[in-house]
Amino acid sequence: MAEFRLPANSIVKKGEAYSDPNAKYPRKMVIYRYDPETTDNPRLDSYEIDLDHCGPMVLDAILMVKNEMDSTIAIRRSCREGICGSCAVNINGKNTLACTQSIADIKGDIEVYPLPHQNVIKDLVTDLQNFYAQYASIEPWMKVDSALPADREYSQSIEDRSKLDGLYECVLCACCSTSCPSYWWNSDRFLGPAALLNAYRWIVDSRDEATGERLDAIEDAFKVYRCHTIMNCTDACPKGLNPAKAIAGIKALMVKRR
Amino acid sequence: MKIAGYEVIEHEYDVVIVGAGGAGLRAALGMASSGLRTACITKVFPTRSHTVAAQGGMSAALGNMGEDSWRWHMYDTVKGSDWLGDQDAIEYMCREAAASVLELERFGVPFSRTQEGKIYQRPFGGMTTHYGKGTAQRTCAAADRTGHAILHTLYQQSLKHKAEFFIEYFVTDLIMDDGVCRGVVAWDLANGTLHRFRAHRVVLATGGCGRAYFSATSAHTCTGDGSGMVLRAGLPLQDMEFVQFHPTGIYGAGVLITEGVRGEGGYLSNALGERFMERYAPNAKDLASRDVVSRAMTEEINAGRGVGEKKDHIYLNLMHLGEEVIKKRLPGIAESARIFANVDVNKDPIPVLPTVHYNMGGIPTNYKGEVVTLKGGNPDSIVEGLMAIGECACVSVHGANRLGSNSLLDIIVFGRAAAQQAAKKIEPNTPHKEINEALTAVLIQRFDRLRYANGSTSTASIREAMQMTMQHYAAVFRTGSTLAAGSHRMQQVFASFADVAVRDRGMQWNTDLLETLELENLLAQSQTIIAGALNREESRGGHARDDFPERNDKQWMKHSLAWLAETGDVTMGYRPVHMFTLTKDCSVIPPKKRVY
Repeated sequence: MAEFRLPANSIVKKGEAYSDPNAKYPRKMVIYRYDPETTDNPRLDSYEIDLDHCGPMVLDAILMVKNEMDSTIAIRRSCREGICGSCAVNINGKNTLACTQSIADIKGDIEVYPLPHQNVIKDLVTDLQNFYAQYASIEPWMKVDSALPADREYSQSIEDRSKLDGLYECVLCACCSTSCPSYWWNSDRFLGPAALLNAYRWIVDSRDEATGERLDAIEDAFKVYRCHTIMNCTDACPKGLNPAKAIAGIKALMVKRR
Repeated sequence: MKIAGYEVIEHEYDVVIVGAGGAGLRAALGMASSGLRTACITKVFPTRSHTVAAQGGMSAALGNMGEDSWRWHMYDTVKGSDWLGDQDAIEYMCREAAASVLELERFGVPFSRTQEGKIYQRPFGGMTTHYGKGTAQRTCAAADRTGHAILHTLYQQSLKHKAEFFIEYFVTDLIMDDGVCRGVVAWDLANGTLHRFRAHRVVLATGGCGRAYFSATSAHTCTGDGSGMVLRAGLPLQDMEFVQFHPTGIYGAGVLITEGVRGEGGYLSNALGERFMERYAPNAKDLASRDVVSRAMTEEINAGRGVGEKKDHIYLNLMHLGEEVIKKRLPGIAESARIFANVDVNKDPIPVLPTVHYNMGGIPTNYKGEVVTLKGGNPDSIVEGLMAIGECACVSVHGANRLGSNSLLDIIVFGRAAAQQAAKKIEPNTPHKEINEALTAVLIQRFDRLRYANGSTSTASIREAMQMTMQHYAAVFRTGSTLAAGSHRMQQVFASFADVAVRDRGMQWNTDLLETLELENLLAQSQTIIAGALNREESRGGHARDDFPERNDKQWMKHSLAWLAETGDVTMGYRPVHMFTLTKDCSVIPPKKRVY
């Protein structure tokens, strides 16, 4: 039988523990740490936080730790209201946005890891360049051949517009794609749920005239058909979208046009 | 190339845009498609920029849902600005509005639709027909996620036009050579390298500095970096005392609830269940201008009629709108209210409070996006090589108070104007002049000094002291004595930065250092806000002084300029308000009392 050995620096070690002896409502938070500028292995640091003066969300807790205990933690964050998609991390085993994940909904210790199966740059910051390149590869812009006078808009019925609901709201946080086992294995060739959801957004836009071209571009054994309806994507989406359904929609159109 | 002990990677472009929000992206795609070698440098991935959080919509007199005219829009904007806006720039913006929205629609923005299949438009505060007589439906909306829809579409267009991005690069400073901007120094967070970008024009599109305050709708990243760089370059900021408090930030969390809620028929109520805006603005009621509504809410709370245990906030009611309207028009705020206030908007009101939202002030520019300053008696002296657009700029189209939905318009119109001006002024691939390396060296030395900052006060604690000071002393209502005390306190906070401690010494994703660089930018702007507020002895738009409750056109119908010294001292100056129009298609709107 083949024997696999993990690279030495992939083993996560126990890190430092920070405590807060004055905490009224202490809660333990564990954060994955990795510093690319040392030769050290990744480690898990633990922090005792005081829920008495912490905001309600996991991001609030991470920032409290960063502000009061350890300023060296690296995380992406911006809007803190679930619309920019920056703070996607893995919390207690599930990919989500730290800013909309309520601490009250977590039982036991709060465990924060970077998004799975992405190269870690530092701590909770992962390299998303492949994810973005896949998004760009579906050419997510309107393609129209018909001429229209400059002072007019494309007409779209309320019904046609409603087909974009549940698709255009994607915040590109990567929670879905990085929760997909198929994407873990084949992220070099499988586009993943986020890029496919966005492809479908353009395919069903009544104003866009490149439906056939769009389907052609992604119809191969890997780009779409590595989706095996595992549904982790839909389970993970912090915006309540359903990428699995969008992918099913793409597959249906591909079958229908044969 | 080695400068000040660091290996520096050199880049040459025709134009460099700093920031990739709506304004930066619109400029980037315009410049790239006109053949200019364009680089867009941004500290966050473009779709993370704060434009993404704009909800209600973008104003334009399309007339899709009733009669409308850009002239009425212009009148509303001038009145909304409390006559501090420059009327030539306001004319330009309102005239260009329709074309700007139609362009976005063609780019693919998923606007909501009318029965006829046209772009849906909703009422918004201060937007009227017939010069104040009727209510306009002027704000073009994609449900309540208009900013998200626009920002993503602009990023998609930038991909189409192959604009070059430098993503998660933080620009530390402008390279100024004898008053001319020649480029920027930037830090690549991912691999920790330093870069010098040379450009014939640098376009700042770095947004506002909401995070100078403790409670803001603004993102963590809204630290006004471009404005901080401008102050360090010895140039002034304009009208910084004008900070908009949005009436409806969620109590506690500060998360924005769009004015579109009131546009769709929602209303505010106090502890008596009274619809109090009827008393403050008999005509416009809940759709009065934001400064008016925020002051009314604050007065209600101060009079003991606030809601909640501490009687310190107000209710926003939308239960009566019905599930259908909420689901179709306001799905995003229903989600935000559920997550951040634990409220089902179909059953209960949302607890809200006026929350810092927008900087009317910023880097002074003309309507073409070129940065101007007061020099040798000329108030419109152009700073060569430097442009500014979006919230970081003060054109000034918003004057003393911005109307809701005029900011998405501002970023598109002036992003495009800047692209047109750059295309007109720059010959693609013009060689760059020689540059004195010492100019870059001092900027890198500053970076290095902060990287190894060995003081005893953490960045977070200085930031908190600043935010608390600004929140307490430069709030909705201001007086000379509190502002003087606040200014004194802010000076202490400013000085404490000399003792800042940075623990992380690394170069890759060193957010400790990044937040410290951002903090220095915030501190600089806080100084100009509080100094400007103390200096301006009148009440106008977003600046309300208890000790000077009236607008004073005779003395104060002028823009204030603030220069910042390294010591933290602020020097004030003035520029006249442009009381002239760009064309003869409309006439100047003379000042009168502002009632809604």
